[in-house]
Amino acid sequence: MSKILIRGAKVLGHDPQDVLIDGETIAEVGTGLTAEGAEVVEAEGKVLLPGLVDLHTHLREPGREDSETVLTGTRAAASGGFTAVFAMANTFPVADTAGVVEQVYRLGRDHGYCDVQPIGAVTVGLEGRKLAELGAMHESAAGVTVFSDDGKCVHDAVIMRRALEYVKAFGGVVAQHAQEPRLTEGAEMNEGVVSAELGLGGWPAVAEESIIARDVLLAEHVGSRVHICHLSTAGSVEIVRWAKSRGIDVTAEVTPHHLLLTDELVRTYNPVYKVNPPLRTERDVLALREALADGTIDIVATDHAPHPHEDKDCEWAAAAMGMVGLETALSVVQETMVDTGLLTWAGVAERMSAKPAEIGGADGHGRPVSAGEPANLTLVDTAYRGSVDPAGFASRSRNTPYEGRELPGRVTHTWLRGKATLVDGKLT
Amino acid sequence: MLRHLISAADLTRDDAVLILDTAEEMARVADRPIKKLPTLRGRTVVNLFFEDSTRTRISFEAAEKRLSADVINFTAKGSSVSKGESLKDTAQTLEAMGVDAVVIRHGASGAPYRLANSGWIDAAVINAGDGTHQHPTQALLDAFTMRRRLVGRDTGLGQDLDGRRITIVGDILHSRVARSNVDLLHTLGAEVTLVAPPTLVPVGVGNWPCEVSYDLDAVLPKSDAVMMLRVQRERMNAAFFPTEREYSRRYGLDGDRMARMPEHAVVMHPGPMVRGMEITAEVADSERCTVVEQVANGVSIRMAVLYLLLGGNEPAVTHTRTEEKSER
Ligand SMILES: [Zn+2]
Repeated sequence: MSKILIRGAKVLGHDPQDVLIDGETIAEVGTGLTAEGAEVVEAEGKVLLPGLVDLHTHLREPGREDSETVLTGTRAAASGGFTAVFAMANTFPVADTAGVVEQVYRLGRDHGYCDVQPIGAVTVGLEGRKLAELGAMHESAAGVTVFSDDGKCVHDAVIMRRALEYVKAFGGVVAQHAQEPRLTEGAEMNEGVVSAELGLGGWPAVAEESIIARDVLLAEHVGSRVHICHLSTAGSVEIVRWAKSRGIDVTAEVTPHHLLLTDELVRTYNPVYKVNPPLRTERDVLALREALADGTIDIVATDHAPHPHEDKDCEWAAAAMGMVGLETALSVVQETMVDTGLLTWAGVAERMSAKPAEIGGADGHGRPVSAGEPANLTLVDTAYRGSVDPAGFASRSRNTPYEGRELPGRVTHTWLRGKATLVDGKLT
Repeated sequence: MLRHLISAADLTRDDAVLILDTAEEMARVADRPIKKLPTLRGRTVVNLFFEDSTRTRISFEAAEKRLSADVINFTAKGSSVSKGESLKDTAQTLEAMGVDAVVIRHGASGAPYRLANSGWIDAAVINAGDGTHQHPTQALLDAFTMRRRLVGRDTGLGQDLDGRRITIVGDILHSRVARSNVDLLHTLGAEVTLVAPPTLVPVGVGNWPCEVSYDLDAVLPKSDAVMMLRVQRERMNAAFFPTEREYSRRYGLDGDRMARMPEHAVVMHPGPMVRGMEITAEVADSERCTVVEQVANGVSIRMAVLYLLLGGNEPAVTHTRTEEKSER
């Protein structure tokens, strides 16, 4: 069936409208549209958003297919309402050549649950010493525009400067995992009151803030744009706010978990809360929410980091860092930003779809919900409340910090270029 | 009483005083010709040591044997603990063997907490030192030693350390002994002051129930007990302080400094002492230094903890003369 009528949805949270999909595009948006020849999806009371775009996903393939594959990861993405994800480069082998990024890109195309846009490594093997073939990755079939050594920081100031300059030639952007390596040796959690008590190695806020400060100054000096991954502290917010006020071309992302969880949870020593950057304090969480609301932080990105059970069912020190996030992201954003009155659904569409698509250059995504646009759409039952059950996850891994926690909202439908990938909460 | 002993912070004042009083009873056993009680006969205790510590292991082992427990020593040092699975695997092996208590020493903070709270095991868990987190039986034996010296062996029964001023000197940042002592001594009513160079004090210490000073000389005259911590020489290379000599000059305890302490004040050290840097031989060998007593008291404290955790409802020591006879 090529025609779909979504009836009575609150488009971007506004007054109910009908949206008619014809083939791969939105044919019409209005009221009282005719259902003739179309499959009808009753969407009364639900919110319709442009398909979500995640600028920061770890799909683990190639190399750690026991954690996640492009197939399972994109199914998780579709379940969470995403129509495009950017796949981080820290795979095995590292995505630092045209060959690897093309492989990931093709797997995404073949599976068809969402578009997969590979991110290329900034340096060979993520080692921080030698620039990877950034141009070749850009020119490959994958058309890479975002480069990141995520998982590691491009800590050498000269390499960072060169990368920022180099990608200007083809409109690329460097996404920095801001973590000063010397200040975070042996770091296991946020450095502060809780780490002092628990005797766990501290990851100080200044290790993030000092790199962000340096990088925005570098970006200003060479006239490039820089993107800050998973910003996590109140101090980082201030630096980005200052940089923007100065006209520096910087964008920043925050993860859902940094909008909701604090380092107090580490008292359980449960490695499900072990993540990099670490969970911070209540004060940081509130500053991040405010910054996302006022636009200082541009987007929400999941940092979806799947790990197999055995890498988390152990003592804290031995556990892997990271949390899965694709399937719970929108719920957490609803809880922390929408239900608190900080952001409208239109604001959510901006920060989880339009802006990440723009930063990453994902053509056809993050577009307005209007006639003639690609039919990348997500339908959300915002009245739903239920507790998170990882057993139902499409992701191959279950390392969610929200198990058993009640969160609002549920994505019921996702369409990728007019083709349903999720119907009534079930993957197609 | 608690089911596990993971952190000194988990103990209430009454719990702690009960343990100290029980340890006094246990100490009397050491004065008998046969230093053994039948209390834990038929119970199995495992000493699970992922990190080397002969002193602590022997102390627990002596305590377990004096209570007639069956003892299994498991040293995991060098085994493949890097992946972390071995803690869980080992725990489940022990569970299958029907172990009643696990005394665990681990290099990772929180490992005993995980062992006790992850559903891997049913046995009682006693933390014998985890990373830079806690070493609760050390804090208990320190408090026991202080109570004996500052309040009195018999007069101390039922008492806490209300109003005593305790100074802990040295590498607070990496010290599970300091963390445990701050928690326990505060619970027992003592006023604790930490003294160290600022580099060896954790960020976040402001929330601890104690004072922090960088000036040892200013604190000494007001101290009833001074606990010197071991400072590892490697810390120098990591730029925590400039030289060994400078550290000694500012934070080491020598005879001159000891003379500035009140007459009744004692000098403590969790051992093993490295004479020279943090403490001079003159101080270490003086009457005021309690290091040897601390070792002996460690056994009594660990007997008390094992006895109380493993469900000792009966008085631990009374009515045992006939048992003792039958054991001959
Ligand atoms: Zn990262």
